[in-house]
Amino acid sequence: MRELTYWQGVQEALTEEMARDEMVFLLGEDIGVYGGAFGVTRGMLERFGSERVRNTPVSEAAIVGVALGAAVTGMRPVVEIMFMDFITLAMDQLVNHAAKMHYIFGDQAQVPLVVRTPAGGWRSYGPSHSQSWEAWFLHTPGLKVVAPATPYDAKGLLKTAIRDDNPVLFVEHKLLYATKGPVPQEEYTVPLGQAHIKRAGRDVTLVTYSYLTLMALEVAQELEKENIGVEVIDLRSLSPLDINQVVASVKKTGRVVIAEEGHKTGGVGAEVGMQIQERAYEYLDAPIQRVAAKDVPIPFSYQLEKHILPSKEDIYRAVTQVMAQI
Amino acid sequence: MPELVDYLRTMLLIRRFEERVDKLVAQGFIKGTSHLYAGQEAVATGTCSVLSREDYITSTHRGHGHFIAKGGDVKRIMAELFGKIDGYCQGKGGTQHMADFSIGHLGSNGITGGGIPLATGAALSIKMRHTHQVVVCFFGDGAVNQGVFHESLNMAALWQLPIVYLCENNLYAMSTPVWEAVPLRDLALRAAAYNMPHATVDGNDVVAVREVVGEAVDRARAGHGPFFVEAKTYRFFGHSRSDQRLYRSREEEAQWQAKDPILRLQGTLLETGLLSPEGLSALEDEAMREVEGAVEFAHSSPLPSPEAGMEGLYVPEGRGVLA
Repeated sequence: MRELTYWQGVQEALTEEMARDEMVFLLGEDIGVYGGAFGVTRGMLERFGSERVRNTPVSEAAIVGVALGAAVTGMRPVVEIMFMDFITLAMDQLVNHAAKMHYIFGDQAQVPLVVRTPAGGWRSYGPSHSQSWEAWFLHTPGLKVVAPATPYDAKGLLKTAIRDDNPVLFVEHKLLYATKGPVPQEEYTVPLGQAHIKRAGRDVTLVTYSYLTLMALEVAQELEKENIGVEVIDLRSLSPLDINQVVASVKKTGRVVIAEEGHKTGGVGAEVGMQIQERAYEYLDAPIQRVAAKDVPIPFSYQLEKHILPSKEDIYRAVTQVMAQI
Repeated sequence: MPELVDYLRTMLLIRRFEERVDKLVAQGFIKGTSHLYAGQEAVATGTCSVLSREDYITSTHRGHGHFIAKGGDVKRIMAELFGKIDGYCQGKGGTQHMADFSIGHLGSNGITGGGIPLATGAALSIKMRHTHQVVVCFFGDGAVNQGVFHESLNMAALWQLPIVYLCENNLYAMSTPVWEAVPLRDLALRAAAYNMPHATVDGNDVVAVREVVGEAVDRARAGHGPFFVEAKTYRFFGHSRSDQRLYRSREEEAQWQAKDPILRLQGTLLETGLLSPEGLSALEDEAMREVEGAVEFAHSSPLPSPEAGMEGLYVPEGRGVLA
């Protein structure tokens, strides 16, 4: 199978959906000639023109609000928010408007809106360009949240998100853009709300998503040498959350580690861990362990940043810790 | 101008509706709060008179008047205020969240200025779909200090979108007088910063509103871009149910009562003979009957089942696009 990078997977999804449906269009800051801050839309302006690859002023709240207005009147906008940190500026439009419109107004209001945004650290971009805020949006009924880890999933999930009539927050990771993986030439989509077992294992369930999936797989490889079988589950979608697949794995292994890049308190791990506890408490042989960013802002200096963000060592330690419990 | 009688009919309906809502809130039949439009009827009526059913509006927290003027069903509006199943949103929205897309009403809004980008996006959509509709975006004087107001006007002017921004300056954002919040005499001047044509109009004169908004709508429809209208007006009730109106004087209120848009229109109609005193009282009765019918309808409509609160979070997959 041919290989594509993650950014190419995202771009192919955008291109194919724009070719398939003329209602699909892009809007965001510097997505035209510049091709987006991370180059995802490079070359798309030439192909689709400035109406459909619509460069906007620096106005995140209105970008999302305008896209919402276009979405409820028949268009299918795909927004790019340059850094996930900037989504704070569009919170009202996402949380008070986009997420609620169908619930309140009923079937007359369909919201086929996708907001793509790069998240994550390890780039020395400092405290306002390195964050992973997806946990906030699990707390927002009505929003779907997707965070793919591979080029294959990035393409397939984005195509599904664009065809979905509900608002979807599509979280990409800066460190994933250059990673490569198999992506078939032929048309395919990946459904939202389905986790993926990246690696089977009998001893411990390691639940993660986005960039940390790559770390988790490396740790699982190392632990294999120590004869510990780690089952790595990539959630892919955080909302809807495929808790059934997670619980099925936990019932097999009895031990769980949840790894995420967001801050620990009130994070994705807190939610997933509690749901496991609610559904599979009697199967647990050890307390659930969480690996996450520490509860301070993401500092600039790479030495500090590395210390605050979760590491492979943290994951390794958490797995061995749950394995040590009898 | 026989349409003036229609305007009076609409304005009376809004006024009687709002007065009745005020009582129903006091009696506890309507829970929560309500923001009443009485005093501002000429703005919604004059504006919506130049729109077609397909044209869009976005509304505000003070939205009953906009909805009625755009052709909303007072029975279903009232039922929504009661939180009943026959309301426009089956009781999920209430006073600040109602919509009827079939008549171009894209929603009232509980966030000050929150509908401004949405309206702007609807205008972008019109332009991209080539449907020749126009959007009127209603908001109050308080909204002109929100970030999305500036962001949206900028985009609309940049992209020459078919939208009319209609600022109802009723002098107070809740209790804060506009002169303490904006260093401009005319809020329409805000549009100048975005190179957007603008006008200030007497919002208590339905004919003046119709003329100004009519021109703005025509030019937007013809592809000449956005327009900003400031309608100076006054709300007769307080901001909401709990408001003691400590921030404004009874004298000021009396001055504006004297400029009541309904009395002014009635006066014109009676003077010119377009309406007889008997005709007027017939209109009054008609408005009263319609409102009482709406109240009865709302009373008799059932409450939603508790489980209904769990329904409709998502559009089911595979539904396809809105036509």
